[in-house]
Parts: sequence; C-alpha cells; structure tokens
Amino acid sequence: MPLFDPINTAIVIVALMAGVLGLCGYLTLSERKISAWMQDRLGPNRVGPKGLFQPLADGGKFFLKEEVVPSHVDRIFYLLAPAVAVGTALLALAIVPFGATTPAPDPIPARLTAEGISPLTQFEQQHQAYQQQFNFVLNPGLDIGVLYLFALGSLAVYGVILAGWSANNKYSLLGSLRASAQIVSYEIPLGLSVLGVFLLVGSLNPEKIIAWQTSHGTWLLLLQPLALLLFMTSLYAEDNRLPFDLPEAEQELVGGYHTEYSSLKLGLLLLSEYVHLVTSSFMIAVLFLGGWSLFGLESLIENPTVAAVVKLLVLCGKMVALCVFAQLVRWTIPRFRFDQLMNLAWKVMIPLGLLNLLSVMVVKQLGASLVLLPLFSGLLFIGVGVLSARWQGSVTNPKRKVAKLPPGLPPGVTYAS
Amino acid sequence: MPIAESEIKWIEEPRLGLWEQLYVPALIDGLKTTVGHLFSRKVTEQYPEEEPKLPPNYRGVHRLNRDEKGRVKCVACYMCATACPAHCIDIVAAPAPADWQRDGREKYPETFVIDELRCIYCGMCEEACPVDAIELTTLYDLTGLSREEMVFDKEKLLSVFDQTTAAGTDPIRTRSGRLGPASEPPPE
Repeated sequence: MPLFDPINTAIVIVALMAGVLGLCGYLTLSERKISAWMQDRLGPNRVGPKGLFQPLADGGKFFLKEEVVPSHVDRIFYLLAPAVAVGTALLALAIVPFGATTPAPDPIPARLTAEGISPLTQFEQQHQAYQQQFNFVLNPGLDIGVLYLFALGSLAVYGVILAGWSANNKYSLLGSLRASAQIVSYEIPLGLSVLGVFLLVGSLNPEKIIAWQTSHGTWLLLLQPLALLLFMTSLYAEDNRLPFDLPEAEQELVGGYHTEYSSLKLGLLLLSEYVHLVTSSFMIAVLFLGGWSLFGLESLIENPTVAAVVKLLVLCGKMVALCVFAQLVRWTIPRFRFDQLMNLAWKVMIPLGLLNLLSVMVVKQLGASLVLLPLFSGLLFIGVGVLSARWQGSVTNPKRKVAKLPPGLPPGVTYAS
Repeated sequence: MPIAESEIKWIEEPRLGLWEQLYVPALIDGLKTTVGHLFSRKVTEQYPEEEPKLPPNYRGVHRLNRDEKGRVKCVACYMCATACPAHCIDIVAAPAPADWQRDGREKYPETFVIDELRCIYCGMCEEACPVDAIELTTLYDLTGLSREEMVFDKEKLLSVFDQTTAAGTDPIRTRSGRLGPASEPPPE
C-alpha cells in the first residue's frame, strides 16, 4: 500500500485514534481494578455493570470540572503544555503497526536474474503484489521507523518540562526537573538496548523487524532477552510509570508537574501517559515478541480477511497483555530513590547495553550461530549480579561514612535532670 | 536521660548475595505475591446492599429500655445526665404514677431528651445508669434533615428499644430487657 490514499488514511487515523483513546480510558479502569484486587478490594463497581462505564464517568467529570488557570502561571506555555504532551504522544502512533503488515520488497541488484525473468519485471511484479497488501500501519514503509519513535519520545519531555516550569510552582518545577533528568538518562539505555535488534535485522522499519522474526521462526525475545529487560525498564522510566514515577511522586511533590492543572488539561496530561504506555507496549510486542505472529498458527488460516483479523487481534492482545503487565509491576515495586534511579541508568544499564551490543557485533562479525546470543545475555546478566554481589553495591549505591561519636555526652551538651 | 553506650546496639543491614543482587528474581517473587492477591477473596463490604455485622458492644444510637410490663425503666436519677461529658441529656423528673409506686418506683422521667448531634457516643451514660435503662445500640446509620429531627425524645428512644429488640440486635448489657451477663447483679 505505498500509494497515498487520503480517504483510506483518514479512516485508519480515525480508527486508530478512537481505538487507542478508548483503550486508554479502559486502562485507567484496569489500573484501579488491578490495584484494588491486589489489595483485596473490589475496585470501582458502581457505574454500569461491574463498573464498566467508569471511564465514561471519569471523562465526563474532566469535562465538567471548573477550569482554573492560576494567576501566577506563564499563560502561553501553561496552556501549550498539555497540547504538546498529548500531541507528541499521539504522533508517535504513526509508525506503530497494529495488525498484519508486509514490508516493502527489497531492491534487486540488476545483474541478478532469477529463472529467466529480467530483474525489472521481477521488481515490478513484487511491487504489484506489495500494492495489493493492506498494511495495518498509519505510515507504512517508513524506513527510519523506530528512530522516529525515539525522536518523538525525546520531544514528549517538552510537555512535562513546559507544564512544570510554566506553572511557577516549586513542586511542579521539581517534578519537571526530575522528569528531564530521568528521560535524558534513560534515553541512552533505551536506544542502546535495541541497537542489537537493529543490527540483527538490518533495518529500523518495524514491518521488516516483524518479517525477520516470522521468517526466522523465532522471536527476538529469545535471542535478546537482556535487551528486552533493558528496553522495558527504560520504557517504564520514559513513560514515568512506577517504579520510576518520580516526576509525579505524590508523596513528595503533591502532584509533580501537573500540580497546577485542573479539568480537561489535567485529563490530557494523564491521557498522554497512557498513550505512551500503549505505544511502548506496541513497540515491545513488535520488536521482541514477533508482532502479529503467534508461533506460526496465524499462517494456517486460508481466508485473507479472517487472517487479517486474527493478526490484528494477536498483536493487540500482546499489547494489552504488556499494558496489564506494566500495571502489575506498578502495584508491585515501590518507587526508586532518585540516586538509585540515576545509578541504575548510568552505572548498570548503559554498560550492560553496550556489552550486549558488543556481543551482537561479535556474533554477526564472526558469523557465529545466533544461539550464542541468549548465552551471552545470560552471561552478562549473571556476571553483573556476581560483580555487584562482590562489591556489595558499593559502586551503584556508595555509602557515606558514618561517624561514630565517642561514648558519653558530646562537649557542651547537657541534659535537664 | 541520655542513652548509655552499653545499651546501643549497632546493626548492619544484611549483605545481599548474588540472588538478591540480580533483582529480577526478587521482582518475580513480589509479582507472585501481588498476583496471588489478585485472585484471593475480597474483603470489601458492599455497604448499602450488605449491612455490616457490628459487635454487640458497638456504641450507636441510644435506646431507653422497658421493663417487663413495658414501662420505661428509667428512674430519673440524673446519673447519666451528670456523667455525660457533652451535656446532651435533658431529663425532667416527675413522681411516678400510683401503680408504679407499688412496684417501688418513686420517680419516672416525664421527658427524656437526647441531642444525638451533640452526643459523642462515649457510652458513659450507659456506665452510669444504676438500672440499665439507657443503652447504646448497634444502629449507626443515623440521619436527619434538620437539627430538630435529631433531638430524640422519650417516645423515639423507646421506639429504638422496640426496633432493636424486634430485630434481635440487643446490646451486650441486656438481652430483651433482662439483665445480661455483663451487668452487675441487683443488690440483695
């Protein structure tokens, strides 16, 4: 589907936006339900059957709340921030595959002839076959693919920084400062961890990455488990999800960067985080969990329409499962301290990501079997554990010296008798 | 008084081994706990549909007990009004009717009013009462549309007795007007 068809594209945009925004509403419900169930409670169950209309009530409430713009804010940026946050979050959906995809055919060297067909006709045949396919991507065949996603991910921090800075409030400013430091730090392991995937596949295009996984009959999860761990951890940090939600740590910062926001502007800021969660879950599913493939079962279906629906459901199911997993993690792990957060990124994840990349390079260069890759991952993982057990965390968590006072009263101190 | 050096115990945090330093096993351990709770029995009570079962010594709305003949048990001694820290009990005493006098009752409350909004539900009136006439019941959903409505007079308080006795939710001190095991035996 390389030809641009405005009507088709418009339909896909509307469907994708509606789907993602609806899902975000229900993610808020599932977040509350999961936290309730984990604490042996029932969770919201009053609006509609089993509380299923709760997101509608919440959304309606955001619309009807009084919209307060405090007098001390920088008005332009204050109003701009939620738009930037939601805009960048939604723009990132443009390259995310959400169903069956077919990568564009590779260029054919002119001197190669296969079975008497001239390269030109072969190329044209491939392209005609390609144009018959419908790609479940907003912008198919974009070769910079994941790079675009990372670029927008870095832009997304502008929403948070603008919100915090323009609010002219210490808590907001602290929240946005934390967010910027955190996102700048976690961009590096985020990019490093998937570089190995790009080296293996040889493309940044998500459709090609899925095709590589289906043609090799394996998910990259099995070849790059360590990269998945690093990628997932940095994504949680990028999305400000617990255990990395320091920018909005409510126990310390009231509401963090959205302290001064109310009504629908607050709703937009909260929404953008859920859109990020959906996008990153899609990316984990595409990069590491084989996209729409399900152990080759999906290729058994003959009918192309049914097959397309099944592939759509498989990929979306993986995405929803990853979102739910993120929520399980959120209600399981307590928040990191800020120095722990920074130490984890700079002293653990970046070196690990580099070494993981190195192992992929070595395997590719020597042409060794891909089976070595998970072995390297495991070795690196255990090795880091052994090192940190040996050093007792003195590198990642340096301790200050505790000065023991001599026994007795310090000079000049008297106690009332 | 400063703490003596000999009483101070210096504790070092336990050293983490390889298993703990790997972090992921600990994470999976935590997930096992939380996911286990996902499917465990819930403790939520669905309030308006499900009424909570309160212990019989709960301190809710007051009631005025009746004796065996259905008369108000109170002897208008003012002990409860004296004991009340919130001064919410107002009693007007009068000589008891003649047939009551034959049972040894000299006084009875002509009016007995409790301001339920002023009450702090401490239960001191119940403790002070020499004849177990006033008691706190397990009724807790006390609402009203005006302040006047929340001032309970004698009839209202007696009706609380009828209501709780009929519902079988008598407080622990007395059971259906008779003395319960927690009350003192009457003087010989």
